[in-house]
Amino acid sequence: MHRLIKELFLKYFNNPILARLEDSAEVTEPQLKKRIAFTTDSYVVQPIFFPGGDIGKLSICGTVNDLAVKGAEPKYLSASFIIREGFPFNDLERICQSMAKEARIAKIKIVTGDTKVIERSAQAEIYITTSGIGIYPPEADKYHLGAENIQPGDSVLINGRIGEHETAIILARGQFEFKADIKSDCAPLNHLIANLLKTSNRIRMMRDPTRGGLATTLNEMAEATNLGIIIDETKVLIKPEVKGICELLGFDPLYFANEGKVVIIAARSEEKKLLAKMRRNQLGKNANVIGKVVKQPKGVWVKTKLGSTKPLLMLEGQQLPRIC
Amino acid sequence: MNLTYLSEDNTIAQKLLNRINSEIDHNINFMEVCGTHTMAISSSGIRPAVDKRLKLLSGPGCPVCVTSQEDIDWAISLAEQKDVVIVTFGDMMRVPGSESSLEKAKAKGSDIRVVYSALDGLKIARTEQPKKIIFLGVGFETTAPTVAAAVILAKENKINNFFVLSLFKLIPPALRKIAAAPELKIDGFILPGHVSTIIGSEPYEFLPKDFNQPCVIAGFETLDILQAIYLLINQLKKLPKVEIQYRRSVKPEGNIQAQKMMNQVFRAADSNWRGIGQIKKSGLVFNPEFKDFDANIQFGLKPKKAKINPACRCGDVLLGLIIPPECKQFAKGCTPEHPIGPCMVSSEGACAAYFKYEWLSHRRD
Repeated sequence: MHRLIKELFLKYFNNPILARLEDSAEVTEPQLKKRIAFTTDSYVVQPIFFPGGDIGKLSICGTVNDLAVKGAEPKYLSASFIIREGFPFNDLERICQSMAKEARIAKIKIVTGDTKVIERSAQAEIYITTSGIGIYPPEADKYHLGAENIQPGDSVLINGRIGEHETAIILARGQFEFKADIKSDCAPLNHLIANLLKTSNRIRMMRDPTRGGLATTLNEMAEATNLGIIIDETKVLIKPEVKGICELLGFDPLYFANEGKVVIIAARSEEKKLLAKMRRNQLGKNANVIGKVVKQPKGVWVKTKLGSTKPLLMLEGQQLPRIC
Repeated sequence: MNLTYLSEDNTIAQKLLNRINSEIDHNINFMEVCGTHTMAISSSGIRPAVDKRLKLLSGPGCPVCVTSQEDIDWAISLAEQKDVVIVTFGDMMRVPGSESSLEKAKAKGSDIRVVYSALDGLKIARTEQPKKIIFLGVGFETTAPTVAAAVILAKENKINNFFVLSLFKLIPPALRKIAAAPELKIDGFILPGHVSTIIGSEPYEFLPKDFNQPCVIAGFETLDILQAIYLLINQLKKLPKVEIQYRRSVKPEGNIQAQKMMNQVFRAADSNWRGIGQIKKSGLVFNPEFKDFDANIQFGLKPKKAKINPACRCGDVLLGLIIPPECKQFAKGCTPEHPIGPCMVSSEGACAAYFKYEWLSHRRD
């Protein structure tokens, strides 16, 4: 995927805004006197209903979070549906109800949309694409989000346990006969993030660790800064059920997608304030400081519970379950 | 199925580690036979935490890694037959054969699908008649019983479009070959937890008896592996034996029911291991009464001699003769993105484990 983006899309579409490859793009026009963030994402999750959410909820939260991590207030959304012929109306209604509910919670409006119906032979029942526009609040000029502001010694925080979204999806697919009470963490994070930005103007960068998980997000952050990140294995919280399933199948939860998590890099002096603020919020009650930024070694490293250090690489392809 | 997890208490692991390190007073080589152990040792950071004089060498227990190139080529040629669907574990997809891989064959149009068990293959056979569904039977004593169960079910239900290409391998004969190799210096074996859950501890008794080798059957969590290392070190001073550390899963007699099913459908035969060669009675072939499900008999195609890449040293890695970074291709010509050998592909492969977790210098440049 990385190569595809760099060697094809960037080759043909390149411009200074796109080249930043961030969760959302800042597309400010000077005469508007407001800074604007713009993003888009397509949702193809299977199954479309899963514990903790559905494709509709995901399509709102994902796009809202991509705007929020850049410090913008999500305002307007477009929603585009590609629906297979014969898709049950009741299911579609259920998806719309769930989208409406999340939009209310996130305080955004769905202002435009499109619907296409494709023939029955298609494999998937429904795809949703949402694009979002966010406005930077007036105080945004006080905070400076961007990889270039990250410094050695900064702290790395996350608002809770990892790996639950992807585990919930794996279980919902029913390919493995496990039963475990795991729900997707899918949630809009814009209010939590806005609160954090009000608390501290020394947050350097935020990212939502969706596909590729915490490991991939940290690698992208480290790459963007040309610094290193060391995380402490014992500080990254993972539900025992998620660990157990990963152990059985030979997966690594550090690479599992999350849909309600934000990784924050902030000045070390802000750690306590930010943690306290997050832990008071339902979406951040298990927040933790998980590591720090270092000058050397570059790349991402994990301090294991035995005290040794190992690298945490970008994932090659997808994780496949082991044979025995 | 309920999932339980071992104690998360780090102080226990730290204490065990200190004890291990205080007991090591000379160079010791232990072999972890199972690929899942290799991955666990790499990912938990055990290797850099133990005294440098203790070397942990990977063994032949990675099912994808020991599948011969001939057999991969064979599977690809079966996939090219009309109306054939190959169903396989995902780990097999990217393993390079002589000129292609299952992944490349799929891209060229062969119908190759990833499943999670042989029963998924049986389901496809039921719903997609008259297509011929061939399940690639790759794995050890762990996987063979569930595949045997699927074959028995297919026979009972008179499903005549489900076949298995039996490429199964057996662990004890491979260990005999390793223990008997004169060039090898191994002081003890960490034996596989999952295989032993099926076969029990008895089939390994020849290791202490004939070769004076200490053995511990271990689980897969950090504490399991540390405890197994500790038990092995203690055995060095005593009479060697087969000890079971992974008691919560392994019984001395193993899983009798699973063994029965495996023996009902299959019997032992000589088998070709990638990079190692022929090992006597180390594979499984169908018993005559199940020949209708044997892809080897029913499709008439036979494996051809494979083109072996001489640069690949997976065989030496699987025998514990070298560690992955000692191969000249490691991380240069051979990477997870462009693998030359299977050990760099599989999620249980030693080269993949080293590349992912232990090859530090490339990131420090």
